[in-house]
Amino acid sequence: MKQKEPKIQAFFKSISKNIFPGFVVSLIALPLGLGLAMASEAPPIAGIITAIIGGTVVAIFGGSHITITGPGNGLVGVMLVAVTTLTHNGAYAAVICSGGLLLLLGFLRLGRISDFFPASAIQGMLAAIGLIILGKQFHIMLGNKIKCDSNIDYLLEIPNSIINVFHMQDTGLLYAALAGILSLCIMIFYPKIRNKYFQLIPAPMWIVLISIAVSYYFELVLEQPHPIHTEYMLSGIPAVSQIIADMPTPDFSHLTGFLFWDNVIALTLIASIESLLSIKAVDKLDPQKRRSNINKDIKALGLATVVSGFLGGLNVVTVIARSSVNVNNGGTNRAANFFHALFLIIFIWLFGTQLTRIPLPALMAILVFTGYKLAAPVKIKETLLIGWEQFVIFMVTLVATLTIGLISGILLGVLVTLIMHMVIKRNHKYFFRFLLVPNVLMFKEDEKEEHSYFISVKHYCTFLNFYKLKNKLEAIPETSDVVLDFSMCSFVDHTTMDSLNNFQELFDKKGGNLDMVGLDNYGSDSAHPFALRRVINVPNVLQNNFTKRQAKLKEIATQFSLEYFAAKRKEVSFLENFKYFRTKNINCIYNQLYNSKTGFLLFDISYSEGEFIAKEGIKSTMIYIPLENEIPKFVLEKEGFLERLYSVTGSKDIDIEDHTDFSKRFYLTGKNKDMIKEFFTDELILFFESNPYYHIESDKHGLLIFNRERLAGIKELKAMLDFGKRLKVKLKEIHKFEFVLQH
Amino acid sequence: MNTACFTTIGIGVAFSPNLKANLYEAARLAIAFKARLLVIHVGNQTTEKDKILKEILTHFSQEQLDYKIIYELGDPVAVILHSIITKKIDLLVLGALKREKLVTFYLGSIARKITRKASCAVLLLIKPSVNRVPCKHIVVNGLHSPKTEKTIHTSFYVGHYLGAKKLTVAEEISQQKVQVKVNDDKSLRKATIVKERLRLREDSRVKKIVEDVPASFKHKIKVTTQSIFGRSGYSIGHYAQFVRADLLVMNASDTASFWDRFFTHDLEYILIELPTDVLIVR
Repeated sequence: MKQKEPKIQAFFKSISKNIFPGFVVSLIALPLGLGLAMASEAPPIAGIITAIIGGTVVAIFGGSHITITGPGNGLVGVMLVAVTTLTHNGAYAAVICSGGLLLLLGFLRLGRISDFFPASAIQGMLAAIGLIILGKQFHIMLGNKIKCDSNIDYLLEIPNSIINVFHMQDTGLLYAALAGILSLCIMIFYPKIRNKYFQLIPAPMWIVLISIAVSYYFELVLEQPHPIHTEYMLSGIPAVSQIIADMPTPDFSHLTGFLFWDNVIALTLIASIESLLSIKAVDKLDPQKRRSNINKDIKALGLATVVSGFLGGLNVVTVIARSSVNVNNGGTNRAANFFHALFLIIFIWLFGTQLTRIPLPALMAILVFTGYKLAAPVKIKETLLIGWEQFVIFMVTLVATLTIGLISGILLGVLVTLIMHMVIKRNHKYFFRFLLVPNVLMFKEDEKEEHSYFISVKHYCTFLNFYKLKNKLEAIPETSDVVLDFSMCSFVDHTTMDSLNNFQELFDKKGGNLDMVGLDNYGSDSAHPFALRRVINVPNVLQNNFTKRQAKLKEIATQFSLEYFAAKRKEVSFLENFKYFRTKNINCIYNQLYNSKTGFLLFDISYSEGEFIAKEGIKSTMIYIPLENEIPKFVLEKEGFLERLYSVTGSKDIDIEDHTDFSKRFYLTGKNKDMIKEFFTDELILFFESNPYYHIESDKHGLLIFNRERLAGIKELKAMLDFGKRLKVKLKEIHKFEFVLQH
Repeated sequence: MNTACFTTIGIGVAFSPNLKANLYEAARLAIAFKARLLVIHVGNQTTEKDKILKEILTHFSQEQLDYKIIYELGDPVAVILHSIITKKIDLLVLGALKREKLVTFYLGSIARKITRKASCAVLLLIKPSVNRVPCKHIVVNGLHSPKTEKTIHTSFYVGHYLGAKKLTVAEEISQQKVQVKVNDDKSLRKATIVKERLRLREDSRVKKIVEDVPASFKHKIKVTTQSIFGRSGYSIGHYAQFVRADLLVMNASDTASFWDRFFTHDLEYILIELPTDVLIVR
């Protein structure tokens, strides 16, 4: 309780900072709100009501920090269906019910429902929504209002609409098309114009301002009526008093119908998916690196949706574009969301009547642009680059969403993903057998070394069970070092890789480190870093498909001026003389970092503990340093690591006089005691004492260095590399010294 | 001392390709624990079968293996469960099967039934071998349960006789115990603190149990503790597999009711997929 007061003070201080970002966001929210509502065939003011309610309710009860809430573009397609099938008042009832469902999801902590959908299916669905918006509004933008039966027909009519512009007789329509095309140009070329003053006002607001200016120009200067056909002008912006008087009464008479709940579920699903994707993306933008409370936010969104539905508004969702504008303009907390709502009220109150001067095609151009961005060909290209199977999933979801409907679309996407995985894995039982079995192990690795976590994943990791891994990852403070080991896992899908990449960025940003190991040997069908990966037995055809770790290794290689070879190497005779490998069976080494001049070699190695033991192979990272001069054979170990079983061979710990501390901490063995004692000079002992523990072994001609019997993460690997280099330098110094003595 | 003492070791045999390896393993155990070996075969006694079994076991005549071969007719599960009681078997050895193509091991249906119902300790071997594989590292559960003390003591007893070098007591701390759900930065900090506190508490509890183990059993064994946060019964198996332990020692589950088949928990996870050799202490 003591802390509370300064917190409140800080909050009030931050309020003033959030007025400006709130204002800028409201400039975008106004035209977008109008447009999105009209695209959903709701009255334009419904969009503004949604933004105002969203801004206030979520600002008060929400769990995120810098997000902006309001009407979302993803919902246009669903809302359109709801309005046409249930009429307006029925659609409001559906909105209220979906708000209730969202609240329920929040209370049941199921906010992350979108985690259970494959990434490519979600992308496909979003692209389909983009196409629905684009297809419907494109015609209005060109002054050609048409009515088609299906989403596909709207898209197919696009060329006709374009041709139609050139044959237009009615000047009213021609001017409407002109306004639309000009607005679209503003949307397209706005980001390309790098002018400080021009960029102060967001593109949609420019469209609004120019439209109003043009309208006044005709009225006051030319004293002519507005050239655009009245049918194509924004209408129905009521005064504030009228909004309150015209409050719709939601029609709950469909409550028992299947159609009603089909709509409710679609609204809820899309609202939660869009919100979650946005919250996740916005959290990454937060300069203060805060973590949003997703379930609290979902609850607030649900409540806001219920209120919005009763007041004649649409579903309230978190929106990415407006949120990022907020961050870019310095928004720091939820006050910005509130101010965006406040400014919207002021706009409607003061300038409500001015808004009727905006031509519809201009507003629709904004939507066509947003729709296009959702379904841009670049997105299709991206999925194709990740892999053909992702492309199939994407296209199936897209087409199914366009033709059948949203819920069927995404469900089909899930089904196709599942089938794809089975086809690729060539084992259909595999995914069911381990579906409900836990597969993630997490523990703190070195109890003394704080904040170092190790996670191991078994069997497979796909969208079906990624939440298990995600739960573990989320319970780790992002400032810690985490090593995520997939070497016991035989199948990792694109959804997982994609989400893990997000986690990696998050850890990076907050000063932690998330390293993935054990994926380097996996095969994949494309060169994309997030491609699905599986264990394959045939040699990898695509040699330049690097995992993130491999790309980093390559980077390190250039930093340390080493050469990098990713391919497997079977010829490992140089390791055979080491005691450690005497009872082990080396399979291959890979990911070599090699210095061709000195022979210094860092590598990942795959080996097993003897032929007849059934345990699966071990993978580890090691360093080999060839030496110019012969040195005695020895093994240096951390005291107490007896499990590596040197005591079995009968050799004993060699104590070095006057270095009791060293003898206590290290376990040194070797056959030629005297020579070893001679070799471990004071200087060398001091070096080992003052550096981290490594297992070090000599076979007379070279040194073998490693830390743990598992693959090293990038951070650990760098430390190892540094240790190896310094040890080499140290040995050279000592050798020189001995050389002098002998002469 | 609160420990199981293995004076009679039982093994059920069928004339499968694994017979020799299974018998070798059991015989070595009997010699290590200075126990009597009972070889139970469910089926008719024939001179041929007798000859095969005796031929294999003569290999251990030098070590003075004390063994007896029993032939009995009936349902394998019932026969073996019955012999455990009548012959006073302390440790039953069962061999696991390997899943085709995959490197996972599981129990056959008969072995699984016996494991669930047996009233003595059960040792499940994932890959019996004719040559001796040294048992270097033992992982034992440190669950918060009245049975744990006996389990840990037994694991030291086993470790001592098998010449293990290292023993790790793994305490599984489930999410239910943490009781803090991670929602945002604040709850995450709280959860991290609670976990640390739980870890220390569990550590001291386990250390107390380890202190009571007679020094003669633990002087050659290096003891470490490790807290794991995860589903109890599952995480420890995954951990044992990850650290490549040679033996995992577990408590027997509290109940083996009808529902356990549907809601897998504790031991059942291990029985689905054996991570390594498993000893279940009762």
